[in-house]
Amino acid sequence: MLNIKDLHKSYDMGESSLHVLKGINLKVEKGEMVAIMGSSGSGKSTLLNIIGILDELDEGQYFLDGIEIKDLTEKKSANYRNKFLGFVFQSFNLINFKNALENVALPLYYQGLNRKDRLDKALFHLEKVGLANWASHMPNELSGGQKQRVAIARALAAEPKLLLADEPTGALDSNTSKEIMKFLQQLNDEGKTILIVTHEHDISLMCKRIVKLKDGIITEDKKIKQHKIK
Amino acid sequence: MSNMFRFLFDKDTWQELRESLTKNKLRTIITMIGVWWGILLLIGLLGSAKGIENKFSVQFGDYATNSVFIWGQTTSKAFKGFQQGRYPGLKLSQLEKIKNQVKGIKFLLPRNARDAQVVRGVQYDNFGISGDFPLLDEIQKKNLISGRFINQLDINDSKKVAVISDDVYKQLFAVDENAIGEFLKINDISFKVVGVFEQGDFDFGGDLHIPFTTFQKVYNQGDNIGWITVTGEQDFNIRQIEKDVKLALKNLNYVHPDDNRAFGSFNLGELFDRFEGFLKGMQFLTWFVGIATLIAGVFAIGNILLITVKERTKEIGIRRAIGATPFEIKRQIILESIFLTIIAGIFGIISGGWILIAMDFAYGSGPDSILINASVSIFVVFIAVIILVLFGSLIGLIPANRATSIKPIDALREE
Repeated sequence: MLNIKDLHKSYDMGESSLHVLKGINLKVEKGEMVAIMGSSGSGKSTLLNIIGILDELDEGQYFLDGIEIKDLTEKKSANYRNKFLGFVFQSFNLINFKNALENVALPLYYQGLNRKDRLDKALFHLEKVGLANWASHMPNELSGGQKQRVAIARALAAEPKLLLADEPTGALDSNTSKEIMKFLQQLNDEGKTILIVTHEHDISLMCKRIVKLKDGIITEDKKIKQHKIK
Repeated sequence: MSNMFRFLFDKDTWQELRESLTKNKLRTIITMIGVWWGILLLIGLLGSAKGIENKFSVQFGDYATNSVFIWGQTTSKAFKGFQQGRYPGLKLSQLEKIKNQVKGIKFLLPRNARDAQVVRGVQYDNFGISGDFPLLDEIQKKNLISGRFINQLDINDSKKVAVISDDVYKQLFAVDENAIGEFLKINDISFKVVGVFEQGDFDFGGDLHIPFTTFQKVYNQGDNIGWITVTGEQDFNIRQIEKDVKLALKNLNYVHPDDNRAFGSFNLGELFDRFEGFLKGMQFLTWFVGIATLIAGVFAIGNILLITVKERTKEIGIRRAIGATPFEIKRQIILESIFLTIIAGIFGIISGGWILIAMDFAYGSGPDSILINASVSIFVVFIAVIILVLFGSLIGLIPANRATSIKPIDALREE
């Protein structure tokens, strides 16, 4: 599903440059649920951005579903993001002037579906996250957990091959966090490949594999027994 | 192309447009004022200029505008044994010579005029009487209400007939009374009314026209003429004709060539040219001011969209993360720009139209009207709309490029 070979990334900081990722090798198979851990500055966000085709790598190779991601035009990378990837952010990033249903339908708009089809499909995914009754509510009328579920529904709407979650529980209390993680586990059980960036230990235990990052290199990569939420 | 079509007819496109514009209504409205005002100026001023032009051409009516009036005055220089202060005057017998000597004369029309008491029954008043040839009708089209103008037969037989103005008719006749064939007394001599005409604003001369020959006899004018109207041929400069005729007159009457007092004149063509120049200048100024205001207005819109884009950086980042291409982001912003300019422009066109209607209502009718049919052509409106679309899309490019120049990752990080 995902294959990263000897990935390097540095940022120009005026005269000096900051070497953020120093040779990452990572292989993720279909159906995995991986937690990428690390303190701030470890390079985990940069890695996620490169995996999410939001940023470009300097050196190395990155294959997504067998396709090498390299020197893409803005248009092409937008298409790949739309087709392959679903994003879930810490701060939800819903568009606040669109209701829940329209937010979920937005990736489908960029896929070129007509309005009726995309609203039907969006409602189906909203139902899946248990928020069908909240379809016409605006984001500011929803709780944090509900917002994140709408965001997950939006990430799923385009039927991506890979779900990328950047601190998905970072802005939620522990009960709601569990609820969201339980839902992600369900999705994973259904066969969805999920990558979660987190710095919370208990969240990482709910995944099937933990990859630890420190100072731009992978220090630990182990499969664990998943802590299932009931 | 079909993609663009679907984009324009998609409900979401317009919903997003509405959302981004109504987020800050006051700002959107203030933004639009510039363009609105520009178009309003353009429509209002061009319409007024057209109204003044219309009024002017109605006033001049069918008057041959390349005409000059010349009359006799007293000399200011002694010449060839004649003392200054002499009155050379105009002579009927000299006209043929002048016409032969000066190039470019189309018509040369002698006229005589004086005031006289006109009586009908117990009604009487003082009016201007002029002795005229049928040719007058060619130079200054008489707007006849009933009857006819003086004809050659009247001239040949020195008939005692009169063509009267509507003013004279109102003074001396009862409402709806038929004037044709009725008799009037001018200085105690009976004249038969053969026509009634409507007086125009630029009618120089009398309220009553009688045959030139009749005037000569009744008032004992002999060879003397009150004044002449000279009309030039199409390709000749009326100012040059004016000079040439005056010089010929001076020669014939032993007047010093540099004596500028001996003959007076009034050049209608010069006046008309000056007025046309003024109108052209006004139209140029209108376009200049209108377009400049429009450009300023369009820039204001571009500026505000730039601010809007800055505020929407995060939203744009989200859209790009979930698969919007830069083109899809750009076209939305350009659409907003075009939409704002066109809506503001349409309001400008409508309110400009209202102003023209109001002007027409206030000043556009009756004999004292300042403007007649103040209006702009559909063509001008069409041009204005084209300019708006063009400017709108050009200025929209600036914020649109700004929106997509930020990497989605930076946009998402923005708090």
